[in-house]
Amino acid sequence: MSGFRRFGDLYRALDETTSTNEKRDALAAYATDASDADLAWAVFVLTGRRMRRPVSGNVMRDWASQHTGLPAWLIEASYHAVGDLSETLAILCSRGQGNAPPDLSLAEFMEQEVLPLGAAEPDEQRQVLQRWWDTLDERDCFLAHKLVGGALRVGVSATLAVRGFAKGLGYAPSVVEHRLMGTWEPTAAFGARLRAADDGAADRSRPYPFYLASPLGDSPESSGERDEWLAEWKWDGIRAQLIVRGGEVFLWSRGEERLTERFPDLVVPAGHLPDGTVLDGEIVIKRDGVVQPFAVLQTRIGRTNLSAKVLRDSPAVFLAFDLIEWGGEDWRERSLRERREVLAQLLGASGTGPLQLSQAVVAPDWAALAGLRAQSRSLGVEGIMLKRWSSPYRSGRPRGDWWKWKIEPFTMDAVLVYAQAGSGKRASLYTDYTFAVWDGDTLVPVAKAYSGLDDEEIARLDRWIRAHTKERFGPVRVVEPVHVFELGFEAIQRSSRHKAGIAVRFPRILRWRTDKPAREADTLPALHRLLEQAAAAHPAQPAQAEPEAPSLFDDLGDDA
Amino acid sequence: MADLLTMTDAGLYCEAGDFHIDPWRPVPRAVTTHAHSDHARAGSELYIAAAEGVSLLQHRLPGARVEGLEWGETRTIHGVRVSLHPSGHIRGAAQVRVEHGGEVWVASGDYKREADPTCRPFEVVRCHTFITEATFALPVYRWAGPDAVMADVVSWCQATMASDGCAVLLTYTLGKAQRLLAELAPHLEAPVLVHGAVEPLNALYRAAGVTLASTQLVRDTPVRGGVRGAVVLAPPSAAVPAWLRRLHEPQMAFVSGWMRLRGTRRRRSMDRGFALSDHADWPGLLQTIRETGAQRVLATHGDSAALVRFLAETGLEAAALGAVMPGASDADEDGA
Repeated sequence: MSGFRRFGDLYRALDETTSTNEKRDALAAYATDASDADLAWAVFVLTGRRMRRPVSGNVMRDWASQHTGLPAWLIEASYHAVGDLSETLAILCSRGQGNAPPDLSLAEFMEQEVLPLGAAEPDEQRQVLQRWWDTLDERDCFLAHKLVGGALRVGVSATLAVRGFAKGLGYAPSVVEHRLMGTWEPTAAFGARLRAADDGAADRSRPYPFYLASPLGDSPESSGERDEWLAEWKWDGIRAQLIVRGGEVFLWSRGEERLTERFPDLVVPAGHLPDGTVLDGEIVIKRDGVVQPFAVLQTRIGRTNLSAKVLRDSPAVFLAFDLIEWGGEDWRERSLRERREVLAQLLGASGTGPLQLSQAVVAPDWAALAGLRAQSRSLGVEGIMLKRWSSPYRSGRPRGDWWKWKIEPFTMDAVLVYAQAGSGKRASLYTDYTFAVWDGDTLVPVAKAYSGLDDEEIARLDRWIRAHTKERFGPVRVVEPVHVFELGFEAIQRSSRHKAGIAVRFPRILRWRTDKPAREADTLPALHRLLEQAAAAHPAQPAQAEPEAPSLFDDLGDDA
Repeated sequence: MADLLTMTDAGLYCEAGDFHIDPWRPVPRAVTTHAHSDHARAGSELYIAAAEGVSLLQHRLPGARVEGLEWGETRTIHGVRVSLHPSGHIRGAAQVRVEHGGEVWVASGDYKREADPTCRPFEVVRCHTFITEATFALPVYRWAGPDAVMADVVSWCQATMASDGCAVLLTYTLGKAQRLLAELAPHLEAPVLVHGAVEPLNALYRAAGVTLASTQLVRDTPVRGGVRGAVVLAPPSAAVPAWLRRLHEPQMAFVSGWMRLRGTRRRRSMDRGFALSDHADWPGLLQTIRETGAQRVLATHGDSAALVRFLAETGLEAAALGAVMPGASDADEDGA
């Protein structure tokens, strides 16, 4: 069987089961018998890495319309029923009978068919797609489209993919995870390095897998004595590792974005740290000793030209809270107490300079700590981090030793006004909602939310939406303004891009207020008052803080 | 001239003949296309249905007064000529041909164009106005053909049985269940285990001479994990832990046209989905509309907007036949 087909079988095996164990085993079996080059490509696409998409979805739709003779609007309507463009076009366009499978490996298909599309003229691209549609059957077409688009969406998280591949390769997941960090290309050589027993040519720039905290559900008393725990502020910045190895400095975000070039004001001073040092911490912007809201950091990240003025007005600070490599030695198995002790000596206690220790929050008991946490909003932090002094530095999000104890979100009661079908698992269900508040007699949209309801509520709301649609604009349904939802959000800021004049951060549904009629939902003036209060409580926040453009880093806000 | 059939609060109505077709409220005279609950509602004084489906209708509507018409037999009601023609949807499912003053309308009911061993194939009836169902009215709904789908079903069942597990096929109790049993008959030796809701309908099919795989009630098996290596047939509502505990390692598959799309398969969280449908797919709808020769097409059931617009762009007079049935739910029981 060709490697392309073999990968298609893996895709179907992953797609057709809901069992995590079966998915892991399918990945393991693939890792065992795939060629090195195919393994590298499979890891690349299944751990969510992306290439630049060579042909846009819109262009593919146009060509599909001409290929099938179906009007563009009907392809669009089909896409909204399916929720997946690769699948829609495979069903509509594929004319092959499965008797002409591409006799290529996955790597050959990627390198000979997909990658050249990037440099090809539209006419050539179109010929390639036509050839696929004429010769491949629906399953192969679907896979080919997926590989062009990059995102496989097959119900496998990057973590699960790593676990599965690691099982097949015979390594602990953390070993594979480490080998996957940093920059690499999906080549046979990289596949061989993944397999190789001795990871000799380790990339010096590579960060460790991050240790992520879980939300604290209970009160902290249930976690034991106060003095077993380090408490720190939960800064609203970008989680990052600062790496000093071989005379070079590297800065990586948790999303594996390389930030080295964006923060010369951190990288240059870090060059003075001893070689073989890796710090874990949070990048923030400080002005006059005050940590600035995330929006300010976001604005700076969006700048392509880091002028002297930008560096002066928005100086970055790395608030270090952990030391995970010291003297070139992996310190993750040592206790937090030992790691912090050396970290404190290394950075000193001073609150100035670009590299600072993230200070412990001093509170003798849980009650005192809870009191300090209550002031989080006015201090411009998201709450408190709790870390067990005896804990090692783990990878992923294991529960028990690191907790984030966040403050309660802001809330508002808003009316559901628009709905749109979701994608992937939620395709054909109306799950993307837009909410509005009253401005006099008018409802003004203020937030979109996709999460927070359970499956039963989603199904109930979906039925209601279908039966109470007033108007349709393409995929968007305007519904009768009846249902009120309590929305939680983390911050509120002014926005000239939104009709309401405000934008909220991380909105999500807290509950369905079936008890509340629409006319009792919140008002826009009330939200503007909230905005003023938030600004007054945190005077350092500039009134016009707003990112210049939607940023890649929109999602980096909560990566503790 | 006024339309021969119009939509009213009670459903599709023929004023000239004073009768309804598949009404959802009690009426004096209900011409009924088939026995699925979204077409056959209780409470009407008289039901007129295909003779082949009378026993199924009486099973679903106990005590109802039902008159059977042979295929193609004409019954004149207040001067309106009414006849029933196979729609291929399930056993006894009919299209209703209505003729008055030289004008011919056909209400399709639910229909499919594929072969089905449990019922007669769809009959093309020429007409001026065709009222078509539109359950799967988008071009992404293209069936692979029953032979190909059944080959997949059979190989999945055999693989599951070989590993000692139970292959649970979840499906509508009337129509699809018997179609599956008829299709499976040549491939299975052991009896298929069925849920109690399915068996009475099996008996009616067998009494009519349809060959089904042999069956046994799940409730006659040991209470806990006793059933191994078997094929099981049940309605989706039966798939609850209390019922499944009799089965060793149950693997679940939903058999429905909706399973054509990955999204719906995954949303159902089934192990497998098989797109075997008792409704026409998009090519089937277009082929049928063309073959009827109708110049005017009214679409009903499901999301008919796309079909209507598409037909209008090809020059036909097309419209949606409005009115949402009270209490109708698209996943309930329409044999999709």
